[in-house]
Amino acid sequence: MIYANARSGWLYLAPFLVGLAVFTAFPFVASLLLSFSDYRLQDSLEDARYIGLAHYVAMAGDRTFHKSLGVTFLYVFVTVPLKLATALGIAMLLNFRLRGIGFFRTAFYLPSILGGSVAIAVVWRYAFAGDGLVNQAIGWFGAGPVNWLGEPGYAMASVMLLRLWQFGSAMVIFLAGLKGIPQDLCEAARLDGAGHWQLLRRITLPLLTPVIFFNFVMQVIQAFQEFNGPYIITAGGPLKSTYLLPLMIYEEAFKYFDVGYASALSWLLFLIVGIFSALAFRSSKYWVFYSAERETPR
Amino acid sequence: MSGTRAPLRYLILIGAGFVMLYPLLWMLGGAFKPNAEIFQSIGLFPAHPTLEGFTRGWRTGTEFSFATYLANTFRIVIPKVILTVVSSVLVAYGFTRFNVRGSRVLFALLIATVLLPKSVLLIPQYLMFREFGWLDTFLPLYVPSAFATDGFFVFMLVQFLRSVPPEMEEAAVMDGCNSFQVLVHVVLPVILPAVISVALFQFMWTMNDFLGPLIYVSSVEHYPAALALKLSIDVTESTAWNEILAMSTIALLPSVLVFFLAQKYFVEGATAGSVKG
Repeated sequence: MIYANARSGWLYLAPFLVGLAVFTAFPFVASLLLSFSDYRLQDSLEDARYIGLAHYVAMAGDRTFHKSLGVTFLYVFVTVPLKLATALGIAMLLNFRLRGIGFFRTAFYLPSILGGSVAIAVVWRYAFAGDGLVNQAIGWFGAGPVNWLGEPGYAMASVMLLRLWQFGSAMVIFLAGLKGIPQDLCEAARLDGAGHWQLLRRITLPLLTPVIFFNFVMQVIQAFQEFNGPYIITAGGPLKSTYLLPLMIYEEAFKYFDVGYASALSWLLFLIVGIFSALAFRSSKYWVFYSAERETPR
Repeated sequence: MSGTRAPLRYLILIGAGFVMLYPLLWMLGGAFKPNAEIFQSIGLFPAHPTLEGFTRGWRTGTEFSFATYLANTFRIVIPKVILTVVSSVLVAYGFTRFNVRGSRVLFALLIATVLLPKSVLLIPQYLMFREFGWLDTFLPLYVPSAFATDGFFVFMLVQFLRSVPPEMEEAAVMDGCNSFQVLVHVVLPVILPAVISVALFQFMWTMNDFLGPLIYVSSVEHYPAALALKLSIDVTESTAWNEILAMSTIALLPSVLVFFLAQKYFVEGATAGSVKG
């Protein structure tokens, strides 16, 4: 059913048009302009002065920023592949006639629904504290206590583990993708003598590439924006080892009131995410198979 | 797949499930333990169960009880969920049922807003709401939702609406319904599962939201539970773990209940945007 009356169509789209203009497009442009200014949070907006690329030049010499950028990339590049691999692996184990599948799906999915909350970050902070759950657990296996939140490498690992713990949302999407793979295709391959490994490499993974692509893009974008975990568990420390860019942007703007610099940082984050999304979409035509190709093997 | 390897499958799944749920169960057990016991035993079940964590945690270290903070959370969540559902349904209907020139470009822009990192909008939005005089109110947290600013939900509903066959809507128009009546009486009942998914996801995301309240809400009497929890770990640092685990449990309880009551909608909603699309 398509209505011919375009005017009422605009009426239905009106909320989106207003929202796009007021809450997205305007702030988007404004933050670029702010990044060229020396504006500070407590000042009146009229006092903002144009200082050109000074903030972007300042980044080149800002040690804290270099550290923040480095740990942000480390965080994204470690968590995204691990999370996707775990999600896919568990989804494959679950894609099987199996007793109690409902229970397992719930157990793996629930953490991803709750994991972004402050309450879970607080639990994490206590679980990884000196005499918390994790040290008690590894002590039970005979390993010595680890200063999880006090040493840079371990602190990063604690924060990363919180993201890995939330693999369930990607898992349910993989599971739905696996269910969509035609069974007759697998049967035919098996009759032709394909083993498990060949089935996985030649049929399952290629047919799953659209879902892998979707999950990959969403996970990269989300990982670049992580805030709650490191802010609450480690407050960005120790020695800025978990000081992800979103934390730095927040603190520059709302703790040090340097809105201009924070805006420049936020635009840099936007450019990084934009470049990654563009690369992912560009590369997709080489490795993502959409349903048109899906018909040919039959 | 072969059945011979089923035991191995179960072993891995049970092991992984145990590791996944342990932090939640540890929190729940810890909430009922006396403080000293949390450090001494890794066990889930308290040896000396007590409600001390709940009673003392509920009073909080502030002049307000935790009830105030939970009520504040819902004063944000409820309007936000309602506004999100209404605006997303209207916009998704506009995208799928009308021949509006330029709607393809607009839809591409909608997808772009989903991919846009929100921190690039954060600071100007803050300055804008400051000009409006909305600081330390809940308005900045839910008013934007009235304008379909969460593009992901519109996208989800558009995917769903595209798969709905048009016959019933055409019949309703023959009977003299206008497009809005068709939306309310014919389309809405059909897409209800997707609408419920939207409401549930927005409920969870808003319950979990921390950065929004952190920036906009400054006076303690307006704190939602998320900020109150953060405040409590800053104040009672490493002294009263059971109180904080108890309040974390309570803060998560609404989400857990909703999840168990409506798990099917979460799974359907999560997969709607990706697999069909």
